[in-house]
Amino acid sequence: MTRSRARYLSYIPLVLLSFFYLLPIYVMVLTGLKSLDEVSIKTMWDFPRQLSMANFAVAFDELRPYLWNSIKLVIPSSILSSILGSLNGYVLAKWKFKGADIVFPLILFGMFIPYQSILIPLVDFMHKINLYGGIPGLMLVHIIYGIPITTLTFRNYYASIPNELVEAAKIDGAGMFNIYRNILLPISIPSFVVVLIWQFTQAWNDFLFSVVLTSSRNWTVTVGLNNLAGGQIIAWNVQMAASFIAALPTLLVYIFLGKYFIRGMMAGSLKG
Amino acid sequence: MQNKKERLQAFFMVLPSILAVAIFIYGFIGWTVRVSFTSWKGMIPDYTWVGLQNYINLLTNDPRFQVDVRNTLLFTIPFVFGTLIIGLISALLLDQGLKGETFFRSLFLFPMAISYIVTGVAWRWLMNPATGARMSGLNLLFSKIGLDFLNSSYTATPEWGMAYIAIPAIWQLSGYCMALYLAGLRAIPDEIREAARVDGANEFQIFRTIILPLLRPVTLSALIILGHMSLKTFDLIIAIAGKSYALDMPSIYMWNTTFDGHVYGVGAAISILLLISVAILIIPYLIYSLRKEAQL
Repeated sequence: MTRSRARYLSYIPLVLLSFFYLLPIYVMVLTGLKSLDEVSIKTMWDFPRQLSMANFAVAFDELRPYLWNSIKLVIPSSILSSILGSLNGYVLAKWKFKGADIVFPLILFGMFIPYQSILIPLVDFMHKINLYGGIPGLMLVHIIYGIPITTLTFRNYYASIPNELVEAAKIDGAGMFNIYRNILLPISIPSFVVVLIWQFTQAWNDFLFSVVLTSSRNWTVTVGLNNLAGGQIIAWNVQMAASFIAALPTLLVYIFLGKYFIRGMMAGSLKG
Repeated sequence: MQNKKERLQAFFMVLPSILAVAIFIYGFIGWTVRVSFTSWKGMIPDYTWVGLQNYINLLTNDPRFQVDVRNTLLFTIPFVFGTLIIGLISALLLDQGLKGETFFRSLFLFPMAISYIVTGVAWRWLMNPATGARMSGLNLLFSKIGLDFLNSSYTATPEWGMAYIAIPAIWQLSGYCMALYLAGLRAIPDEIREAARVDGANEFQIFRTIILPLLRPVTLSALIILGHMSLKTFDLIIAIAGKSYALDMPSIYMWNTTFDGHVYGVGAAISILLLISVAILIIPYLIYSLRKEAQL
């Protein structure tokens, strides 16, 4: 019977760990919900005496332009990334050309590089093609540096589809692109969800590219938040509320599509 | 029997991506390497060749870079081991088929969906080192519940401040590590454990002599993935500390030198050193993973 008692005892560390993970969220939400006159650093851990949305309202106003920029960036870039990744994955899984086995690892390595090592030329290049400072340039960058992970996810998925399916279609006279469109594309919706939400999360959470490549008018939400939190002007309770607002979209994606998010995450460690 | 035209079409379909990767990753790395061999300083590109001078200066004669190397270690060691240990413990706890497993698993993983900037802003307030009347964050919480001995000056601790950045980093990534270990544990057939139990092994012996060795490949992957992330850490430190000298890392030094100081030659050299250190970890791992996949 010791094993079943050990099972119950397991809840103690699990609950302690839960406290650890929830702590920052608790503080963000709790502080955000306090009325403005109730916010003192001394009462940080106390429950609000009355609920107020004032902090969230102020934080939302501060973040609004950046949130909008992020939305404008993230939606098209994750859609385009997925389409590109799906085409690449299809070819690399089912139409291997000479040298594909060398090209694929070279593409994958791009997923791990510290982006500092390409930033100097990137800034220069974006100036030259007149895409520096704005959202379209940043979108292009997210799509390009997303190629490794999106290609990997789709390639692994298409590789798991039996070759016989493709061969049979060929015998029936279907062309390369039609096989993709009529046979593989319809069954790869789950992979699209994985890649879409992964790229959504990556682009939403990105800081480095946005801070380097956009002018303050086009800052995304992470840069906006960091700027707001780094200054002395914005009260800490508003900072907490703002952090929560900035985290909310990806948190919601995680809550509702967690299964797909985790698949994307595991693909990133090459664990298929 | 693929016909030639179709194979060509397929190749042209991936060609734009191959070119993009060739230019934006390898071309740009090459360009950065070239900049790192120059004395380019200021807004106007200057490709005066100085050979390895920037690298030699950084590695032998630059106190800030030496601080960065020390800080990287000071952060990486507690971060990687903390994440591995918490990840392994949570995976073992959750592998018993407990009620509520899904709930705990989702809860431990949600920080992965949040940006380092948000994490940094929240933890900066939690790890507020102020004392006395201005005490707040974790220190205040510990005092309230009688755990004063846990109070700390966190990132403001002289010499060791950098190690405290590991706390939010562990918070963010231990769930990921748990997921890796859980997948590894689920791949171990129950029969192996049962057989050991029949042979009279206790749970701890089973764990030490069977489970842990079988998890070694997972540990290795996690070590490499976390190690390379740790080298690249940037956002989290910016959000917690801004660009303070005491909590400096190569990524921040590179930023300072390049975009604030416009000393492009040195900035490029720092970034290439960073790239080399990441490549040393990642390239063998990539080769190993792809070979293993090819064998399947």
